[in-house]
Amino acid sequence: MRAHLTGLAMAAAAALVLALLPFQLSGYHQALAAEVGIYFCAVLGLNILTGYTGQISIGHGAFMAIGGYTTAVMSRDHHTNLVVTMLMAFAICFVFGLIVGLPALRLSGVYLALATFALAVSVPQLPLKFSTFLGGSGGVQSAQTVSHTWLYGASWTAAAILFVGAWLILRGRTGRAFRALRDSDVAATSSGIELAVYKTLAFGISAAYAGVAGSLFVLGTNGFAQPTEFGITLSLLLLVGAAVAGLGSLWGVLVGATFVGLLPTISSDVPLIGSTHGQDVVFGAIVVLVMLLLPQGFAGFLGRVARLRARG
Amino acid sequence: MAETSRREGLTEAVELLRPVLRPTPLVLAATVVFLAVGSALSTIFAQQTVAGLAQGAVYASLALALVLIYRATEVINFAQGEMAMACVYVAYQLIQWGLSYWEAFCVTLVVAFLLGIAIQLAVIRPVQHKSVIAVVIVTVGLFILIDGLVTWKWSADIKFMPSPFGTKVYDAGGVAFARQDIGTLVVVIVSVIFLWVLFQFSKLGLGMRAAALRPASAALVGVRVDRMLAIGWGLASVLGAVAGLMAEPAQFVLQPSLMQPILLYAFAAAVLGGLESPVGAVVGGLALGVFLNLVGQYVHFITSELRLPFAFAVLLGVLLVKPAGLFGRARLRRV
Repeated sequence: MRAHLTGLAMAAAAALVLALLPFQLSGYHQALAAEVGIYFCAVLGLNILTGYTGQISIGHGAFMAIGGYTTAVMSRDHHTNLVVTMLMAFAICFVFGLIVGLPALRLSGVYLALATFALAVSVPQLPLKFSTFLGGSGGVQSAQTVSHTWLYGASWTAAAILFVGAWLILRGRTGRAFRALRDSDVAATSSGIELAVYKTLAFGISAAYAGVAGSLFVLGTNGFAQPTEFGITLSLLLLVGAAVAGLGSLWGVLVGATFVGLLPTISSDVPLIGSTHGQDVVFGAIVVLVMLLLPQGFAGFLGRVARLRARG
Repeated sequence: MAETSRREGLTEAVELLRPVLRPTPLVLAATVVFLAVGSALSTIFAQQTVAGLAQGAVYASLALALVLIYRATEVINFAQGEMAMACVYVAYQLIQWGLSYWEAFCVTLVVAFLLGIAIQLAVIRPVQHKSVIAVVIVTVGLFILIDGLVTWKWSADIKFMPSPFGTKVYDAGGVAFARQDIGTLVVVIVSVIFLWVLFQFSKLGLGMRAAALRPASAALVGVRVDRMLAIGWGLASVLGAVAGLMAEPAQFVLQPSLMQPILLYAFAAAVLGGLESPVGAVVGGLALGVFLNLVGQYVHFITSELRLPFAFAVLLGVLLVKPAGLFGRARLRRV
């Protein structure tokens, strides 16, 4: 009960800080903080899938692309309210996630990794093929653009809603089913858990989260959806975020998203690693080091520290 | 009496034909006949087939690298393509320093071998026995790391490298064969044969096969399993470098994203052949190269933008319909 209250208090404090932050930040920094929020949504979704049901995905950039293009196209063609497009991105990506999740039922481990990798490489090719509808290599410009403050508010509101949603899903029956499937699908099935239903559901939820992130991502690039923005690198970055966060930790996602979202900017003044490729070197090195030294990510690290202190 | 012997003769004939009557050899034979007939009838078909074989050879080489590692440790190395790309840049640098193409080629293969061993020892061995997800994430990290290092050193600008085969085109009965394509095929075939001889006829190859198939028993009879796995990574890296060095002149330019599409084709090729089968990787690579070229030529909807999604469809289709691929064995799992 006490741990419960502490968690609640920490979440409330975090929400308060995030709500008051925009009054202290310049437009530029608001945009940065919004970017962290966007990565938060996507990494959270990936973590539900990989961390809680043990299904790896190297293809979540593809779902972000679908969400992003949903927003851009709807805004371009119908001037739809942007919040509505985000809800649509959520719904469409949920369906796409279910569609991808169905064949994924028959794949596991490296096979699933291969298939999702291929998905991430393939999806950005589709706008090039269907260029009249999806804008080709030039991309799709949505009709509305948003201010930094709007983006900040929207991304962190979405992040908060999705976080609470994830917490509610994962603490209950569904979450137990997810974790049981991760730890042993045979044992889970024999205890009456519908493997097909829960695994596909996890894919759907996870993809929907990434879709919302993609929608916000496009709004963050001045409402411009471009195939190159959703390349394989984005998918890999999300996996980096999930690994740094700690697979199977919800609040660790905040650390993972902050790392992925802020490293490019923080390091831009640092010699050697200031450029894009320098950041890639740091990203890559950190992922390898995290997996070698802290396989449970940042969350696991803090857990270990806490246990050591308790032992005293 | 005569009745029985006739029946026995019939059973014998069926027994003799059984290996040929399995689906995989039949499909392959039919494919070869189809390609031969098509090539005889149409020069465009023949040209696309030869070009497809050359591209397929590159996929086959990288697919074989993936399969070597998968067989030994059940790990897919997502950084295989980027390792190959880094080796191509090494070759580029050596040529800039004044080496001839083939000198640079040989030195690069040595560098690739050492790179593979170093990566296995430094980052793969510590996580090898952890979950699949952990190893996959490590290789994804390597992917980003190598990409960053190469761009850092050589920048992302497009580089040009001389082609070792020139741009000469041979003409055989109205069909144009690029020297480039023939050269690629020859180099890849030679390296595959070299590898096969190494695995089949040398003590090192025997040790590596033993370490891959039965690590515990191999260790008991004195095989240095760890060392064998490291050498396996080295050889895979060499094959990848061959693929990269052959892919670069075909695309005329060198940039850090060189191997990313090829990696996807290699995945599809390896899965098509059966992830555990070296023969499958080679056949799968060649088949995929020809198939993609012919489909691109004759199915107008599949334009060059759809080549990658189409390879993805092949990969997914094989995984769903026949997960063991053409040459793999279906795996039973004891629960």
